[in-house]
Amino acid sequence: MAGDRTTTVTGVLGWLDQRMPVVDFWNKHLAQYYAPKNFNIWYYFGSLALVVLVNQIVTGIWLTMHYKPSAVDAFASVELTIMRDVEWGWLLRYMHSTGASFFFIMVYLHMFRALLYGSYQKPRELVWVLGMLIFLAMMAEGFLGYVLPWGQMSFWGAQVIVSLFGAIPAIGPDLVEWIQGDYLPSDATINRFFALHVVALPISLLGLVVLHLGALHEVGSNNPDGVDIKKKKDAKGVPLDGIPFHPYYTVKDTFGVGVFLMVFAFVIFFEPTVGDLFLEYDNFNPADPMVTPAHIKPVWYYTPYYAMLRAVPDKLLGVVVMGAAVMILFLLPWLDKSSVRSIRYRGPITKIALALFTVSFVTLGYLGMQAGSELQKLVAQICTGIYFLFFILMPVYTKMDSVKPVPDRVTMHD
Amino acid sequence: MAAESVNHGRRRFLTASTVVVGGVGGVFAAIPFIAAWKPNAKAVAAGAPVTADISKLAVGEQLTIAWRGRPIFIVRRSEAMLAALPAEDARLKDPQSTVVDQQPEFAKNGYRSLKPDILVLVGSCTHLGCSPKLHTEVQPEPWDSQWKGGYYCPCHNSRFDLAGRVYDGSPAPTNLVVPPYRFESDTRVVIGESEGAA
Amino acid sequence: MIKRLLPWLFVLVAGPVLAAGAGPVLLQSGANISDQASLQRGAQLYFNYCGSCHSLQYVRYSRLAKDLGLTEKQVMENLNFTGGKIGDTIKAAMPAGLGPDAVGAEDWFGKAPPDLSLIARARLGGADYTYTYLMSFYVDPTRPSGWNNTVFPNASMPHVLWERQGIQTLRPAEEHAEGGEGHAAGPSFDLVKPGSRTPEQYRQDARDITAFLKYVGEPAALDREKYGIWVILYLLLFTGVAYLLKHEYWKDVH
Repeated sequence: MAGDRTTTVTGVLGWLDQRMPVVDFWNKHLAQYYAPKNFNIWYYFGSLALVVLVNQIVTGIWLTMHYKPSAVDAFASVELTIMRDVEWGWLLRYMHSTGASFFFIMVYLHMFRALLYGSYQKPRELVWVLGMLIFLAMMAEGFLGYVLPWGQMSFWGAQVIVSLFGAIPAIGPDLVEWIQGDYLPSDATINRFFALHVVALPISLLGLVVLHLGALHEVGSNNPDGVDIKKKKDAKGVPLDGIPFHPYYTVKDTFGVGVFLMVFAFVIFFEPTVGDLFLEYDNFNPADPMVTPAHIKPVWYYTPYYAMLRAVPDKLLGVVVMGAAVMILFLLPWLDKSSVRSIRYRGPITKIALALFTVSFVTLGYLGMQAGSELQKLVAQICTGIYFLFFILMPVYTKMDSVKPVPDRVTMHD
Repeated sequence: MAAESVNHGRRRFLTASTVVVGGVGGVFAAIPFIAAWKPNAKAVAAGAPVTADISKLAVGEQLTIAWRGRPIFIVRRSEAMLAALPAEDARLKDPQSTVVDQQPEFAKNGYRSLKPDILVLVGSCTHLGCSPKLHTEVQPEPWDSQWKGGYYCPCHNSRFDLAGRVYDGSPAPTNLVVPPYRFESDTRVVIGESEGAA
Repeated sequence: MIKRLLPWLFVLVAGPVLAAGAGPVLLQSGANISDQASLQRGAQLYFNYCGSCHSLQYVRYSRLAKDLGLTEKQVMENLNFTGGKIGDTIKAAMPAGLGPDAVGAEDWFGKAPPDLSLIARARLGGADYTYTYLMSFYVDPTRPSGWNNTVFPNASMPHVLWERQGIQTLRPAEEHAEGGEGHAAGPSFDLVKPGSRTPEQYRQDARDITAFLKYVGEPAALDREKYGIWVILYLLLFTGVAYLLKHEYWKDVH
């Protein structure tokens, strides 16, 4: 006997199961992981984010087989070797570049879902914090990856983002040189960014995703009603409103993946640049340290934060505001003092606050792509204010806001 | 969860359908990833046919040029060398060049070449890829007391005659490879394509 | 129901179509990379008029042959003026210059003419930029080359196609078209000396060159749309089957 556990399966699986808890794992996370039965469309985006992550890793591995991380060769290795010389190289590149944007779309929707239904509240604070760490790692990963093709936007994007560290008092300028390994983004910079992009951050991301799911499966999934399904169980201890993840949510998510892949494939095959959103025209010009493009902007998924940076007329303060805007999200589980989770049972103040916050965030995202007139700057300042007030005032308005009675059991809408 | 009304047949069928359709998609999706490992357009361009000028190649001498990054040996054999070839047949593994992949159809003859005197070989040993060296003198050699001239590979002592045919007792399993080639003129050989294939 | 759709409304607003910024007003190129005859004419014009100074360093002659429906022999005889091999990338026929002996393009125009492999992707407006640029040369005696361009003011490039288009002058700014009623806003030109081509024929020339450069900017675009249809059709089938499977299992859930 290999282990002390008794196993109910035979054959190869039985042999494996005696040496490793294969069946336990399957049951704990799929066949006997009871998820609320009332998940709606918002609950697709977590599994879809995972699908995109896998896409990024696989296509990324293949791109590293052809990409050359050097200031001299990088641009040509993308635009000549990968886009033209390698068979199907263009598909690998577009899957990766489109995947990057879709990763952010999925994660932003996934995070918004958490805001809607209070999924970060006790006991899921750790799930939220781990998710935020994933978001941070993604932002770093996306930035590093965007530098690699070494086009004009890559170079000047690196220049601008790395310069943000220069705002740190005393050590700033030295820190910038240390990060770049040179006096400007250069060969050394590409090399280290490449190492971080293809090794360090993917490993961190995968680890964080495992922890995020591990923490989730320990406490169980929330749902659109914010009802704790573990409070009502049958004689066997199965939640009355729970259904096994497998097969119910595996088949549902398979369908979701199909719909998602259609949208994903449409972009890849018919509109991979999405106007100028996913791949910017200036990045088809090779990096030129002597000529700054007329209109520098980050890729769309950073623009809300970039707009905040520009809205503040002070370098250090701008960087602090931008950093704080991301960091304040970590505190969300402790800022929300409401007695209910879901937006369905919350009062009007919370609903208006969330609506204002969402409009501000989207507006900031739009403004971050624009040239930045005086009016746009003013609007950005107002939106930045709303963004922070949403969090800072949250302990107050969530406490004073009225709530509707939460039902004992989940409700099914369709 | 009402178990009694479940149509298990339909569930099995739909599950199998999804798995099969998904599996077919997976196979197609694998194609680009596999194809991306083929020599790319740059490698293909670099592997294009090359032309060798043999006007200055003296009898009994060898010219080495590179094709697809590997040495190509071109030797102008003397009448005596050609005449000596059939006598070696008994000591060879494959005197009649029966192993198909080792030469184009046109070189499947006693002297393994298009024109009898001009020998064209890929200069890498069929054992483990070292480059064999030409020794034309007919004299006893440390590796063969009855040496009639040919290629000797210093790595693992494989021996080949002056048609690139491997001797018995060599670790190399097959004759040296004859690449596809054609004569553009009497003095110019194009390595990498056969007559008619251009 | 409306309440449930509201969050989605916010999401939809998140993908705003970006209006063109402060760039020049561009004409619609009408360039079609699926029109092989247009690509062939464009390639011929390109190599006769542009290829002596501009390289296409990310394009191989062999790829042109394959994608333009030409034999390798046709490409080597009609489009290759550099003596390059069929598998080579395309250099400019004229040396860039500034060497000790060679007098080249760099000496003539003050700087090396840029590579055009990605030109149709690398400007705001894409192929429309290329097309409008080719349409917008006018005589300007103040420039060293005698030519200027409204899309790229003070470009060092002369109007190499002038024999075909003829000679244009630029109207003063107050006479520029206002836009509206079927007219693009933007500069107006007068054709003071007709070229060998009628205005309509020259527009076709510019459209062909633009189509060729658009193709050159992304040769994969030809494959992309061809395979894309099949991928989407397959995914429709897969999603349909997956839906039936989901529907079947979810009969259990009330």
